[in-house]
This record gives sequence, C-alpha cells and structure tokens, in this order.
Amino acid sequence: MPSAFKKALDSGKFIITCEAAPGKGTNLEKMKHHIELLKDKVDGMNVTDHQSSVMRYPSLGGAILVKEMGGEPILQMTCRDRNRMALQADLLFASSRGVHNVLCLTGDSVMLGDHKEAKPVFDLDSSQLVAAVRTLEKGRDMAGNELDGGVRFCAGAIVTPEANPIEPQLIKFEKKLEAGAEFIQTQAVYDMENFKKFMEYARQFPVKILAGIILLTSAPMARFMNKNVAGVTVPQDLIDEMASAPKGGALNKGIEIAGRMIRQIKEENICDGVHVMAIGKEEKVVDIMAAAGL
Amino acid sequence: MIRSITRQKPAEEIERLLDGMGRIFIIGCGTCVTLTRTGGLPEVEAMKKSLSEKGKVVTGTTVVPVACDNLTGEILGEVENQIKQADALLIMTCAYGVQTIARQMKKMVIPALDTLFIGKETGAGEFNEVCSQCGTCIIGETGGICPVTACHKGLVNGPCGGTNNGKCEIDNTKDCAWTMIYNRLSELGRLDAMRKYQKPRNHLGEPSPGKFAIPAE
Repeated sequence: MPSAFKKALDSGKFIITCEAAPGKGTNLEKMKHHIELLKDKVDGMNVTDHQSSVMRYPSLGGAILVKEMGGEPILQMTCRDRNRMALQADLLFASSRGVHNVLCLTGDSVMLGDHKEAKPVFDLDSSQLVAAVRTLEKGRDMAGNELDGGVRFCAGAIVTPEANPIEPQLIKFEKKLEAGAEFIQTQAVYDMENFKKFMEYARQFPVKILAGIILLTSAPMARFMNKNVAGVTVPQDLIDEMASAPKGGALNKGIEIAGRMIRQIKEENICDGVHVMAIGKEEKVVDIMAAAGL
Repeated sequence: MIRSITRQKPAEEIERLLDGMGRIFIIGCGTCVTLTRTGGLPEVEAMKKSLSEKGKVVTGTTVVPVACDNLTGEILGEVENQIKQADALLIMTCAYGVQTIARQMKKMVIPALDTLFIGKETGAGEFNEVCSQCGTCIIGETGGICPVTACHKGLVNGPCGGTNNGKCEIDNTKDCAWTMIYNRLSELGRLDAMRKYQKPRNHLGEPSPGKFAIPAE
C-alpha cells in the first residue's frame, strides 16, 4: 500500500511539504507545536537529520513522532553518520513504525557542524542509499540475505539546480533516478527563469520535482546564504526588496516573497510542488501558504 | 615524487609530551621534512633553542639522511653517548621515521610532528593527497583522478550538493574532485564512464593493518 505522501504525489495535485526540525535535547515541545500546526495542511513533513551536521534529537525519532501525531513523515537520512549496516537497520525500524517516506542525502561535512572531530562515515553515497532502499523492498539486504519481514518506502533524493558547474550535478541527478528515486526536492531556488531552464531538462524524466523554498528572514540573511551556502543564489533584486522592508517588517517581506514564488510555480505549472524550509520558523509556513493562495 | 607531508605539533602539546623529561635529544631528517621545512636542520636548531629556553637540557641534535631507512639505527650509533644521556628522543620526522627509530633505539620517542598524508608534488612547493591506498582502485573509470581521496567525502557517484564553483564545501582552496573528474572525462570524450553507477565500495580492500611479503622464489 503506498504511503499517503506517495498517493498525493501520484494524484497530480500541487504538493506542499515542510520541515519539522528536531532540537538539541529531549524537549520536543517546539517540534510538537509545529507538527500540530502543520500536519493537516501539508502533504508531508521532512524530519531533518542532524541538520548542518549539528547533533540533535534523531530524525527517526522525530519521524515517528510525526506519525504518532497523525502527520505524514518524510524521514531525512544522510550518509554522514551511519555505515550501510546502521542505515539498513534504521530503514527496517522506520518501516516497522509506519514511516514509509525517505529522503536520501549525502549529508554536510562533519566539519561544518558542532562535532568537528567526529569520524565522517560516507560508507554509501546518496544514490547508493536510494538503491539500498529498493534492495530492501525486494526482501533482501545489501549483502543478499533474506529479510524476515520487508519494508516499503516512497524514496526521494535532492538536486541543486543552481550548482556551478551544473553538468556533474545533473549526471548525479540521473543516477539517483536510475537508482529508484520517485521524487526530488531541490536546493533553494530563487531565480525562477533559471529554475524553469532546469525544469525543461528535468521534465524528460518520470519523477516528481518539488522546488525548494527557503524563507528569507532579512537582507543580511540572504547575503549570508549567497556567501556561505553552496548552490544557493539569491538575486540582487530580491535582496534589495528585502532591504526595502520597513523596520521590523523583513520577515513579512520574506513571507510575501516565498508566497509569490510558490504562487508562480503553481500557476505556471513549473514543477509538481514545493518543499518549504522555514528553518526554525516553521509556524510561518501557514502564513507562506496563505500568501501563496493555498 | 611523493613525500610524507607533516606539520609541527603545537608547542603546548610538545611541552606536555616532554613533561617530566629534562634531557632531550633531537632528531631531524634530510628528506621529506627538510623539503617541507618541518624537520630539517633549521627547524631542529630552532627546536633546540626553544627547548633550552624552557629549561630543558638538549644533550645533542642530529639530522639523519633518511629517517625511515633501516640504516638509521647505525647512523644514530655515532651519537650513542649523547642519546644515552637523554630521557627521550624528540623526533622531527614523519611517523615512518619515528617508528623506524623507535624500533631500533631503546628510548621513549616523542614525535614533534603530525604526519598528514603522503603527498604528490603537484607544483613548486605544493603537495596534494591524490591516493589513500585503499586497496580497491577505481581510477580506471574516473579519468585517473581518485574521488575516494580527492573528494572530502570519498563519493564515487558524483558530487555532493556542497560543490561550489569547482571547490569543496569545507575549503575553497581545495578543488572539487568531481568537477575535476567531469572536466577530465569531458576532454577525453568519456563522460559515459561518469554516468555509470558505482556500487558501494569495498572498504576493506586490504584490512588494516596492511601487510605484504614478497613471495618466495
């Protein structure tokens, strides 16, 4: 039986997903608040996996929480911290607890996070992790041994449409699809004309594409991303627009911009949906959706 | 030429390692560490001065020609008396040299350097790690560039999302291996090799610790 998220993807409706970010520690109140607020408004909630290589409550625990609260979790899994044995085991665990969507990522370098001396794993890469999901679904583990009780997943991966150079990124994108990715979330896109060019290419493949929307919270935050986040480019006119917001109004301006982009993507049918990353301000996803007319 | 690339340990760490040892003999090496200026004659002299200022007695110094050579023990025999007077040997060579000396001399050895990697000289005074001796070489399909080594994450199927204008997400002075591989294969008209899915690697091509013996005739 396909997951609710998979059904939504296949229905052809405009998909909207968001994030629920586990915190550092066992206090889950903020995450629960976001889940409560958003679970019935979105098609899936990504639970991030030690985002930016900062150690936190695990994504699997968060995904189970989303499930228990009646939401539809999308388990983010990076290859940074677990070898193939641990990754497979966590996939078994997830499926056994009703978590049937997984987003396979490489993971940021350990050096970018808060445990800079930890041993990086990267036993598998993201395309190999997608392939591992498909292998488990066939009732066998990666070593070819039979499983007693199988798994089912809707598996996705990511792409960076604004990577420079783009060609190696597209080759990897195609490998992820060949490995069995059913949906692709993109890194944040801000330049719709560039994104349309990417979609002209991506449309030739039978995969659902969700455009990444990162909420801009201020002009300095936009400049910071341009300088520090690989593959993210906020065009100058959007930075100027953020800077033009009245004092205390930058966040509302960011919500307006995110809403406008989502509306354009939907109205022009640029891709299949959006993945909204409000990065700590998940409660604003409701306002972004309202600004998008959703 | 390949070289053992080293970096001097912080002074505080050397001080801690030498704690309680008042008499020190210092050994440098005339090969890699002389080239990289981490354990040649000038560095050994500077270390002698620094330790003396900190109240240590330096019983002697020497710079052996090739510390990792098995002849090093014999060469150190020439300064046997000075070594005998020392509580420890402070060794300003790579770890291959330190271990060679440790095996031959009955003395505590203290490395003054950290050994970083085996580097290929890629330009004047520039060394890069291009092989990590993994035991399962895949560069026949990557245009002769090793992603296991040259990619920070050792990815074998293409770049991660951290690739940034041809540089790595951890350091914008380090090239993105997959940009280099793409460019090389593109030049060769062999991008098909990059499109090929690579299975998960065998990480135990030669289980650590590596061992090899020339087969008997």
